[in-house]
Amino acid sequence: MIHGSVIVAKEVCKGCELCIQACPQESLGLSNQINHNGYRFAVLIKDNCTGCINCALVCPDAAITVYRQPKPVKQPTKVLESA
Amino acid sequence: MGQVLTMEGMEIVYEKPGTLTQTPFHFCPGCGHGVVHRLLMEVVEEMGIIDQTVGVAPVGCSVFAYNYMDIDMQEAAHGRASAVATGIKRVLPDKYVFSYQGDGDLAAIGTGETIHTVNRGENILMVFINNAIYGMTGGQMAPTTLLGQVTSTTPFGRESSHVGFPLKITDLVAQLPGAYYVTRQTVHTAAAVRRTKKAIEASFKYQMLKKGTCFIEVVSNCPSGWKMTPVEANVWMEKNMLPIYPVGDLKVPKQ
Amino acid sequence: MEENSKNAPMFMQGNEALAEAALRAGMQAYFGYPITPQSEVMEYLSAQAKKHNAVVLQAESELAAINMVYGAAGAGARVMTSSSSPGISLMQEGISYMASAEIPCLIVNVQRGGPGLGTIQPSQADYFQATKGGGHGDYRLLVLAPSSVQEMADLVFDGFKLADKYRNPVMILADGALGQMMEKVTMPPAGSLPYTEKPWATVGKPTTRERNILTSLHIVPEKMEEINLRLQDKYRRMRQEVRSEQIGVDEAEILLVAFGLSARICQKAIELAKEKGINVGLLRPITLFPFPTEAIAKIVPNVEAVLTVEMNAGQMVEDVRLAVNGKKPVYFKGRMGGMIPTPDDIVLEIETIAEKNRITQV
Repeated sequence: MIHGSVIVAKEVCKGCELCIQACPQESLGLSNQINHNGYRFAVLIKDNCTGCINCALVCPDAAITVYRQPKPVKQPTKVLESA
Repeated sequence: MGQVLTMEGMEIVYEKPGTLTQTPFHFCPGCGHGVVHRLLMEVVEEMGIIDQTVGVAPVGCSVFAYNYMDIDMQEAAHGRASAVATGIKRVLPDKYVFSYQGDGDLAAIGTGETIHTVNRGENILMVFINNAIYGMTGGQMAPTTLLGQVTSTTPFGRESSHVGFPLKITDLVAQLPGAYYVTRQTVHTAAAVRRTKKAIEASFKYQMLKKGTCFIEVVSNCPSGWKMTPVEANVWMEKNMLPIYPVGDLKVPKQ
Repeated sequence: MEENSKNAPMFMQGNEALAEAALRAGMQAYFGYPITPQSEVMEYLSAQAKKHNAVVLQAESELAAINMVYGAAGAGARVMTSSSSPGISLMQEGISYMASAEIPCLIVNVQRGGPGLGTIQPSQADYFQATKGGGHGDYRLLVLAPSSVQEMADLVFDGFKLADKYRNPVMILADGALGQMMEKVTMPPAGSLPYTEKPWATVGKPTTRERNILTSLHIVPEKMEEINLRLQDKYRRMRQEVRSEQIGVDEAEILLVAFGLSARICQKAIELAKEKGINVGLLRPITLFPFPTEAIAKIVPNVEAVLTVEMNAGQMVEDVRLAVNGKKPVYFKGRMGGMIPTPDDIVLEIETIAEKNRITQV
């Protein structure tokens, strides 16, 4: 399972919840604290993020940076003897 | 801008484009303007055309587009963005020029300019955000307001007998031979955002072919004006607006 | 325009002379809309555009045209538009925006009788609109008033130069007669007006500078006032551009003040009055803003009375009164709606003024 993560710019987020709705893994939720504008902001509530970037695409405030593990390079399963 | 955790072993796969300034958007929570602003600047950055692009901001919620887009821009009088863009493009024929307008700007006061800019086939991209309401001035009726839709100037719902019908300006524009590529998109789902970005990218590329006007309508939401949460607004939009303003290409260049 | 006779005098119509002058002055774009009595400007330019590789575009309205001017001039080009009174009214919002965003351009108003749809005959009834700011907000245009076909050409060069110098729209306030009549004109040579650097223009942001934004929106009142103060300072600096022509003022007992076509008619009236033994002089403002207040004030002590002649209900006369400042009586003679005062009309007025002020007829 590819592992990813996000960083939400908490002072920019306006708590619109669109990323929460768009996340296929339901790994986002609203914080309990509020930012300096008085908004609750999106935070990771589970660590099953796959870095699919859906949240960042729908974010109206360009507040989300998405990270993802690089795909493991496919190791050859069997090395054929050179004929 | 949020704490940067060093994600060992992870790489950034998506981040805010460098062509957006550091100024946070003033838009209301959940507003589609912010997404379209970002997509435009992503395309400008990815195509490496920052030094060849001039944008025109309208009067409306996106009146401050130039505070967010780190490119040369002009502010147009209400409704006149496509005329200003015409003037720019005519003297800078090899630069990328786009106008960015809301529904009041493009389909009410600027209807004349909209029809004639496309009819001349100006080689520009016209971006049209249709959220069926006047956001900046506090939620009045727009030409694209739906029948029965309540706004601050249709408090009992829009009645056609009094103020006519939702104006499908994009369909009108698509009839004009000057139009080269006309499409209607949304930005309320990840898939839709990807499609809208492709449409923007295509439009910038078409611009260099000098074959006519590219026109992208983005059916969008207005949580504050519609008095809904952003999530509810997108549901309402899908249910009520998309049947009247169906998503899809209205005119595609013959390959 | 044959190349060889480039600078020999020609017999041209005012509108066409203005258009030819614009091309020679390096105009790069023109956006306009047909309206009598000045459609010949765009017709002439449309025929010559390719040769001068200038953009000449007929817009869907004067309102669209002035906003195309905004865009093109904001992108650094030398841009002109022309129209007539009703069309110029449609352009007022755009002009206010350009004054605020400090976008240089040349706007020609070939006035016609009004108000409303009015007539197509000459008028000077847009004086207030031109000089006091016809759009919203505190702003001024530098306003130049030709009174001959020669000046219809010359003032185009001055207009573009002043627009760039002050980064401000400049208006040429002509009228239907000047636009339609034909006179001898020696055309200034092409290329005699160099372009100026416009680092503020929106041409695409190179990495070497911040982005250029041309806007008139500031929303924060402190910032907007700061911009207003800067604009007012510019309008004060414009005073140095004041120009007027003076004819026979030294021995005058009555001073006529008139611009444009009215000034031409006054010259005839001066001759006729001379024959009746009344010495009359003329001060002809060439810049209507800045208004030649000092020049008038200097002459007033040496005359008995001042008569302002205009083709309107009396507009410039107010500025004349300010200049005279109550020192001598100021009279007004005007015709409206497209009617043109005749020399005899003016002489009659001069005679009554002479009697009233017991000016002995030598």
